[in-house]
Amino acid sequence: MAMDIRFEEVGYTYQQGTPFQSRALHDINLSIKDSSFTALVGHTGSGKSTVLQHLNALKKPTSGQVTIGDRVITHFSEDKGLKSLRKKVGIVFQFPEAQLFEETVGKDIAFGPKNFGLSEEEGLAKARELLPLVGLDESFMERSPFDLSGGQMRRVAIAGVLALEPEVLVLDEPTAGLDPQGRKDVMDMFYNLYKNQGLTVVLVTHQMDDVATYADHMIVLEKGTVMKEGHPRDLFKEAGWLSSMQLGVPSTVRFAHELEEKFQWTFDPLPLTTDELAEQMQHKLADKAGESL
Amino acid sequence: MMEKLIFGRYIPGQSFIHKLDPRSKLMGAIWFIVIIFLANNWLTYVALTVFVLTAVKLSEINPKFFINGVKPLIWLILFTVILQILFTSGQTIWFRFGPVVISQEGLLNGAFIFTRFVLIIFMSTILTLTTMPLSLTDAIEFLLRPLNAIKVPVHEIALMLSIALRFVPTLMDETEKIMNAQRARGIDFGEGNIYQQMKSIVPLLIPLFVSSFNRAEELATAMEARGYKGGEGRTKYRQLAWENRDTLVMVAFVCLSVGLFVLRT
Repeated sequence: MAMDIRFEEVGYTYQQGTPFQSRALHDINLSIKDSSFTALVGHTGSGKSTVLQHLNALKKPTSGQVTIGDRVITHFSEDKGLKSLRKKVGIVFQFPEAQLFEETVGKDIAFGPKNFGLSEEEGLAKARELLPLVGLDESFMERSPFDLSGGQMRRVAIAGVLALEPEVLVLDEPTAGLDPQGRKDVMDMFYNLYKNQGLTVVLVTHQMDDVATYADHMIVLEKGTVMKEGHPRDLFKEAGWLSSMQLGVPSTVRFAHELEEKFQWTFDPLPLTTDELAEQMQHKLADKAGESL
Repeated sequence: MMEKLIFGRYIPGQSFIHKLDPRSKLMGAIWFIVIIFLANNWLTYVALTVFVLTAVKLSEINPKFFINGVKPLIWLILFTVILQILFTSGQTIWFRFGPVVISQEGLLNGAFIFTRFVLIIFMSTILTLTTMPLSLTDAIEFLLRPLNAIKVPVHEIALMLSIALRFVPTLMDETEKIMNAQRARGIDFGEGNIYQQMKSIVPLLIPLFVSSFNRAEELATAMEARGYKGGEGRTKYRQLAWENRDTLVMVAFVCLSVGLFVLRT
């Protein structure tokens, strides 16, 4: 079953019908293809988190409709039967370590699978399987999640979502507050799941470097509307426009732009990763060396 | 779910009631609850009702909010009213079925109790809807100040109150976040039998406790780091100012009280 997600004219209003009502989304249209790595960017208050909560029907649109796989969610959809949807779309929320509550790490990871009908033993087996994947070893199984460091807690919480074996993995700034190495480890892990298991990944982030390195699709949100959608390579060409959205460009792109300005070089295609940048520079420098000889 | 919790929430505005000093509003509300027990015939209840409705009108807040304030307590109120109707003995019997006797006096008493409940709720709702919680704690601190003489830590009590009030919205946000996270892990809040529902509270309460304790510690550190030492010689950012309109309100309450004394039987 392909898990395409499609938003059609989706609007969302918080606290509708009260003096506190505020519009978060305005007639959004967007689509997230099955087995894609989509980055959702936009500065604070652009509506990213609201969009995210629509991805597994934690929120229902106040207007328009969201199609998730073969399920259509509108304002009038019933709350019943959403559980199966939540198994297919796993969300790692911002600072997910806040969701830990069990006595042991193993039990906490097994909590999700148990809610979806697995037995205690099956859940624990799954936990044992997942720990190495998130960079922890089996000795953590019996430890209390509250004795762990922040980074370790984060990994346990992520394992707790992966344990649901979702087809779509939604990540809300999964690396916020981690050190650079932890950041890279966690992102590489998600990328591997996407590459090797064909998982659909939706990443909400402020880290343009992560967008450039991992994503193959990018959606720019601003004030509750979709401003642009496309491949990161195309969107990062417009550095000026991005900064008008209070967004930056990845460091590779910034570096390339500076070289273009200083030495009148042109980069084509725009380098997104450090490797791409290094390779293109190598060629250019080799050309230069050839000329001067 | 959290979005429906409107009762007791401040609604910003510029009405006469909004502009009143929190001290006069707080004293007025307490005063009202005391004098409502003076009422014992329909004339006095009419006077009180007119008084409260005038205050509602002056607050320029949609009456819907006041009705919503009564809703959560409606079963308690109805229960009390029914007890009152059944157990008041009277002369004029309207209905008799075995041990159940309903008299005119009983019905009248029931109506009075009902009105009393609703009026008290309306009055306290006016207070909470038009007064910022922090102003309210300022008022409490001011009114409790005499207790300092008998070594009651008034400032600390007020500080605890304002911290508690300050963190209500934060806690509600936090609750919503954790509920979402656990829902995404397959918990259905408010579904299933009582046992399942109680079990589903655990994954919500434990993280909430943990984060509250962490937050309390952080807050204490932050306060100490900025040299907080309690009430002694501390000036206030929000100054309370007693205006003519506050005196006017107090006069209105005096008139109402005198009126009740005259009208009651």
